[in-house]
This record gives sequence, structure tokens and C-alpha cells, in this order.
Amino acid sequence: MLLNTYTDSLDFNALTQWIDQALSSVMPAWGVVLTECILIGLCLLLGYALIALALIYIERKVCAFFQCRLGPNRVGPYGTVQSIADMVKMLIKELITIDRVDRFLFNLAPYIVIISSVLAFGCLPFAKGLEVLDFNVGIFFLMAVSSIGVVGILLAGWSSNNKYSLIGAMRSGAQMISYELSIGLSLMTMVVLAGTMQLSEIVERQADCWFLFSGHIPAVIAFLVYLVAGTAETNRGPFDLPEADSELTAGYHTEYSGMHFGFFYLAEYLNLFIVSAVAATMFLGGWMPLHIAGWDGFNAVMDYIPSLVWFLIKVGVIIFVIMWFKWTFPRLRIDQLLKLEWKYLLPINLLNLLLMVIIVVTGLHF
Amino acid sequence: MNKIKDKLALMAPSVVFAEGEPLTVTVPAGEFHAVAKSLRDDPEMRFDFLVCMTGMDWGETLGVVYHLRSTSFGHEIVLRTETSDRENPELQSVSDLWEAAQLNEREVYDFYGIRFVGNSDMRRLYLRNDWVGYPFRKDYDASPEINPVRLESDESLDVVPGLQEENGKIEETESVLFDDSEYVVNIGPQHPATHGVLRFRVSLEGEIVKKVDVNCGYIHRGIEKMCESLTYPQTLALTDRLDYLAAHQNRHALCMCIEKAMGIEVPERALYIRTIMDELNRLSSHLLFWSTLCMDLGALTAFFYGFRDREKVLDMMEETTGGRLIQNYNVIGGVMADIHPNLVKRVKEFIAYLPPMLEEYDEVFTGNVIAQQRMKGIGVLTKEDAISYGVTGPSGRASGWHCDVRKLKPYGVYDKVDFKEIVRTGGDTFDRYLVRVDEIRESLHILEQLIDNVPAGDYAVKTKPIIRLPEGQFFSSVEASRGEFGVYIESRGDKYPYRVKFRSPCLPLVSVVDHLTRGYKIADLIAIGGSLDYVVPDVDR
Repeated sequence: MLLNTYTDSLDFNALTQWIDQALSSVMPAWGVVLTECILIGLCLLLGYALIALALIYIERKVCAFFQCRLGPNRVGPYGTVQSIADMVKMLIKELITIDRVDRFLFNLAPYIVIISSVLAFGCLPFAKGLEVLDFNVGIFFLMAVSSIGVVGILLAGWSSNNKYSLIGAMRSGAQMISYELSIGLSLMTMVVLAGTMQLSEIVERQADCWFLFSGHIPAVIAFLVYLVAGTAETNRGPFDLPEADSELTAGYHTEYSGMHFGFFYLAEYLNLFIVSAVAATMFLGGWMPLHIAGWDGFNAVMDYIPSLVWFLIKVGVIIFVIMWFKWTFPRLRIDQLLKLEWKYLLPINLLNLLLMVIIVVTGLHF
Repeated sequence: MNKIKDKLALMAPSVVFAEGEPLTVTVPAGEFHAVAKSLRDDPEMRFDFLVCMTGMDWGETLGVVYHLRSTSFGHEIVLRTETSDRENPELQSVSDLWEAAQLNEREVYDFYGIRFVGNSDMRRLYLRNDWVGYPFRKDYDASPEINPVRLESDESLDVVPGLQEENGKIEETESVLFDDSEYVVNIGPQHPATHGVLRFRVSLEGEIVKKVDVNCGYIHRGIEKMCESLTYPQTLALTDRLDYLAAHQNRHALCMCIEKAMGIEVPERALYIRTIMDELNRLSSHLLFWSTLCMDLGALTAFFYGFRDREKVLDMMEETTGGRLIQNYNVIGGVMADIHPNLVKRVKEFIAYLPPMLEEYDEVFTGNVIAQQRMKGIGVLTKEDAISYGVTGPSGRASGWHCDVRKLKPYGVYDKVDFKEIVRTGGDTFDRYLVRVDEIRESLHILEQLIDNVPAGDYAVKTKPIIRLPEGQFFSSVEASRGEFGVYIESRGDKYPYRVKFRSPCLPLVSVVDHLTRGYKIADLIAIGGSLDYVVPDVDR
């Protein structure tokens, strides 16, 4: 098996085991678990914030180059410190309490959105040995927690006491629930191929050949459907109806200020990352390097690249594609959006699932 | 023309004809509606286009001047009607004959206090509901004690007052605009898609628009009223502030009107320069239209492409006129200064530069399947409605109405250049979009013919700083970027105009929004609004 020969040059297993042993030698078992949980939580939140900041910077640069502009270029070299400056500004801004809002729900909504995306973020397999939650229904759990976010958006729109927010929230509810179906079905297609829902297993089964290639026709269809549905799921253009700025000013988060708005903003970018990471994991082999059976020299070279880098490259490519969508296409109308899902993507998906089952049963995949 | 005169005299013997061109008829207030109806419906007259409706205070009497035009025959008539009751003036409404009269009658009511019998919506159009007095009356008291700056917000009426005639008796009516169960959303006055401070009150059912009520006046500056206390050369500066995207064309219209009244012969060179500048102005306006429509539909990148190219037009205009948006370039008798030596070269470069960019526009937006689905078949305006509402310009031409003033009544040197009047027949949002994109190409074509042939000579004739117009009424119009821009001046021989009225092309565009958007979605309202391309300072004046 190729799998066993792959040793990551940046192996996190060694690191985590070393920390575990070091802690065990100085404190009792419950203390080790507690300390490790706190450490992991801190690392996750730090990673979450850093990735969001990086994505905001990348989006601004990418968008600027699409639009014949330079983008941020004053704060720090090439404007790299811009999003940190923005974050500091956001943190010290006043949280304005709007008159006659449902105070409790209004304040709760951003936390629901951000908690759902942090939970989903926690299950991602970032690199070999770098995965917090890994259990037998991983992908199922990931989908379940990421769909809690829509509750937060609905609450935000409902409690804001603003008609624009309410229309935005309604649109978002209709959109996310519809597109959840497509995401679920396209991922299910891949689960059929993988034969497991455990994320680490899914990655390891792609050691010889990524699922996008081994599942050929149905996998490619599922990948395309997933890209469309994933863009819609993150409320990004051309599916950014819930916050269509030319129609609803800012949609469901119109009335939010300061860090509460910041939470929606962070969650939006992290959801972009999560959607791309899931696509990378399910279709492009996650952190697994590109291996081609029989090309031993090539495979060995590929193995020199650390698994974390592989993961980030794959995610980055998909993120770029989704940004490309946003900065190219005009926005759809709500009925066109729902028609696309219910009349086209859903039937295609169901047929595709059937096709995949036939292929797996007859062993026509690679 | 004599035939019309005979017909009118036969039909209503009490009408009075005035000397001069075009035919001016004074109609007694009581017969006005009947005369107007037969003027519109008579198969030999067919005055189906209400060009301009001007409220007047003639001292003793209050009244209205109507400029009518026939779209099938091209002939024109001016109707005047008046009432001597200054306390409670009432005239007959023609809003059932021409939809354009609806908002114009509200404007006249707002400024002169004349109420129109038969119009069910007699709210003020621009001023606040609690405004005291009628500012355009000559005896209006403008002292600030009467109308102090009010700090509380103006209540929007859900039930509107109106006047109806029943069995010879005039009764006050009330009609319900929005009832309590309706979900009414404000779009504007601060909203990214209204392109300025305009406010739509939109009644929604889910996402579907049931009714739109237009609230104007947030940027009303009383420009027409200001003109009455300015000398003629001073009034010029205000026209640029109407439709700022057609600043040059608006000013062209006012200069033409004054020159016509005084009989000034404008040098050939000035005519060429004016025409070139008009077309550059149209280019910059249509490029901005393209950008903002794309932005309204969510294509943000396209927005920047349009602005990138519009910048080049603005640079050219800046070099010659010193102004980018507001040029202050036309003066009575010609233009302010000669063209910059670089202009010819830069215009030629631009003519070569833009067509490939237009192809890029088509690739980025026109051909995009989402863009086409968002625009095709949305907000269809029929030709009859376009005429009735007075929707001129590219929006009217998209409905199949040949309404280009450059062709109908050539001014400048438009009679010397060869260009096509872009007309499409669909009348939907996509056609309104395509007409403007094609007009960009046509403007380039016009510039190409003119730029090398600017004759030598003076760029202006000298005029005195104080100008007195002969007594009389003068009307002239140009094809501004978004439609027919007309100027009506009534002069009593003073150095100040007695009354100036600007026929703004954007007021009809706004008045048609309700008609176009009913039954469509909110997103379509934005797309339709973007495709009509109104500019709010021109609506509010």
C-alpha cells in the first residue's frame, strides 16, 4: 500500500503525542484532558481568526485585481496588515442597541452563527494527524452543525425589527434549506464511493487516486453540483440574495454593529473556507498528496510536500474559484434561485446518486 | 395648422387663438377637458403626447400651459387655461387622457395651489404636507417665520385627498393608498438602488410588488423659482445642476431657447463644439448607466469597467471646459472658451479605444445568462403607455417610439451628420439596456464625423451681461441623455424671466415605475429602476 509508505515531513502525530506524554508526567489524567481541551480550543479559535483575516485580505486583493484596482496597499507591506487593523476597529466599536428589537434574540443570533461555523471548523482534517474530532459519522456531523447557522440568520432578521432584515432572513432561510439538500446529496454520492463517513478514512482511501478521478462521471457531476450549492450555502455571489446590497442594503445583518456584525462577517468567510475544505476533502483527497499509481519517483517527490500545505493549496484553489464566481456573475432573483435548485440540481443529484450506486455495485470505478 | 384652427373654432367657439408659432389656444376652464379629449382623439389631430405642463401665475389669474405634440403627425399646439379664483382655484384634470398629467398636476398644485377636478391624488409632490402657501405664486410670502425649518419628520399619507365631479357638483374625495394590513417597505430615500434621494413606498406581498408610491422632493431646490430672480446669463448655471449627467445638454437647451427668443445667430464653430460636447456628455452618461445597472443587478466588477472608461470622457471634458461633472461651458451665443488643442487628438484616440471595450462589456454582462434572465421580459412598457406617460429618450425608444429630438427637430449640427435613431420594439428592461449600449456606438459614430470638421471661426458671439428677452413665450428642447429636455420661458420684457419651466425627462421615468413594477419582484423593481436610469435632481428640480 502506498498509504503506509507516506510519511509526512511535517507530522503532527509526533507533536501531539509528545505534548500528551509531557503533560501525563506532571499531572493526573483528568488534568491532562482538561489542559489538552483548553489548548485545542485556543488553537482552533486562533486558527479560525487567522484564517478569517487571511481570507478577508485575499478576497479584497482578488476582487481588486478583477476590478482593475490595487486593493489594500497602505497598511503594512502590500496592505497585509489591513484586515488586522479592521479587526481592531471592529473590536473597539460600540455595539449599538436598536430601539424596539427583541434584545435577547438580537444579541444571541451572531453567536449561533459563529458557534455553528466553529463546530464545523473543528471537524476538518487539516493534515495528517491534525484533526480534532474524528469519529464514524464525521461528514454527517459536519453537515448537521453547519446547518445550525441558518437559525442564527433567521433570528437575526426576525429580531432586528427591520423590514429589510426580515426579507433578507426569509430569503436566506428559503435558500439555505433548499441548497442544503444538494450539498447533502452530492456528499452522499461521494460517501457511497468512499464507503465510510469518517473523514480520516475518506482521506486515506484517496491515497492512490482522488475521488474526483476514481469516481469519474458521477463524481465530476457531484463536484460541480457541490460547488454551485456550496456557493449558495455560503450566501456568496451570484447567490448573495440574503444580503443583496442593491435591494436590501445589507439584508439580515443591516442593524448589527461592532463585533456582532464582525461575527457574521467572520462566519461568512469561515463558511467559505469550510465549504472549500469539505470539497477538497471529499473530492480532491484532502491533505493527501497527488499520487499516480506506478509513478514511484513522482510520488516520492510529491510526498516531500507537507500534508498541511497540500490541504491549504487545494482549499485555496477552490476558494479562488468561488471568489471568481462572485466577482463575475450578476445576482439571481429569488424565484430563479429556487427554480435552479428544485427543478435542476435536485433531480440531477438524485439521478447522479443512483448512477454512483450502480457504478460502485458493478465495480466500474477506478 | 389652419385646419386644426378651423376644427377647434367649430368645436368650441369660445376658444381664443393667439398669433405666432406654434398654434397657441386659450381654452375656457369649463370646456378644457372636452377640448383636450377631442384634441387627443380626433383622427386628424391626435395630440397624444403631453410634452410639458407648466403652472402659471399671470397676476390676475392662475392657470396652466400645456404643450402637446402629435407623435403620428408631428404637429404641436399650446393650450392655455386659467381661473380667476385665487382663493380656491380649480381646473379640470386631464390625468385620464395623459398619464403624464398625473404627477404634473400634483406639481402644479404644490407650486400654485390649483386643484384639479378629476385627479384622485392631490397631494403635494415636492414640498412637505404642512408647507404653508404656494411658493410659485407671485404674492407668496417667503418670510422664514411662516415656514420655519421643521425638525420633525413629515408624516406620509396613507389616505390621499382628491377632487371628483359628480352630477355637476365638485366633491372632495378620499382614496386609500395603502391600508393597514399592507406590508409597506420604504425603498429610499437613502438606498443604494434609487440612485439618489428618491423614496418609493412599496407594498409587498412576500417578494411581489403590489403597488409603488413615489415620494419626490428630497432634493427639491426650487430651481425654477430661483430663475425668476436671476438674470438670463445667471440662470444658465442652474441647469447643470438638474440632471448632472446631462449638464451640457440641459444648458444647451436653455441657451438655445434664449438665443431663439433674441434672434442670435450662433457661429458655426460653436454649433460644432456644442454638438461634440453633447455627444461626449451622452457617452459619459450612458457609460455610467451601464455601470450602475450592472451594479444594481449584482455584477460589481462590470461597474468598475464602465467607470474606468467613463473617466477618459471626463478627462477630455475637463481639459476643455475645466469641469468634469458640471461643465458650465455653454453661454448665450456660443461656448465659454475654445476647445483645448488636445481635444481632437484625444477624442480620436477614444473612438479607437472604446469599441473593443464595448465587446468586453458584452462578454462580461450582455451575454451572461443570468443577466439576460434578469432583464428579458421584465417591466414591459408598451408604446402607447410610453407616449401617454411621456417616457422619452432611450427608454421610450426601447418601446418602439421614434422620439429622438435630434431627428425630429434637429439642432446644433445634427442635421449634418449621419446617424441612426436606435429604436427597439420589446419595451422590456433588456431592450432599454440594449438601446443605450447601441447609442454609445452611435455617439462614437457622430463624433467620428464631427471631430475633424470643426470649422474655423469664432466660438461665440458677444452678448451683453444684461439681456432682455422680448415679451412672449418660448419653448425649445434638446435630446438629453435620458430624454427630451425642454425649456419654457415666459418673458415680460424684463431682464429676469417671468417664468421658467424645465421639462425634465426624468419625472415621467419615475412616474412610470408603479405601472411597470406591479406584479414583479423586489429584485425586478431594482432592475427596472436601473434600466429607466432616472437622475433624482432632475426629478426634483
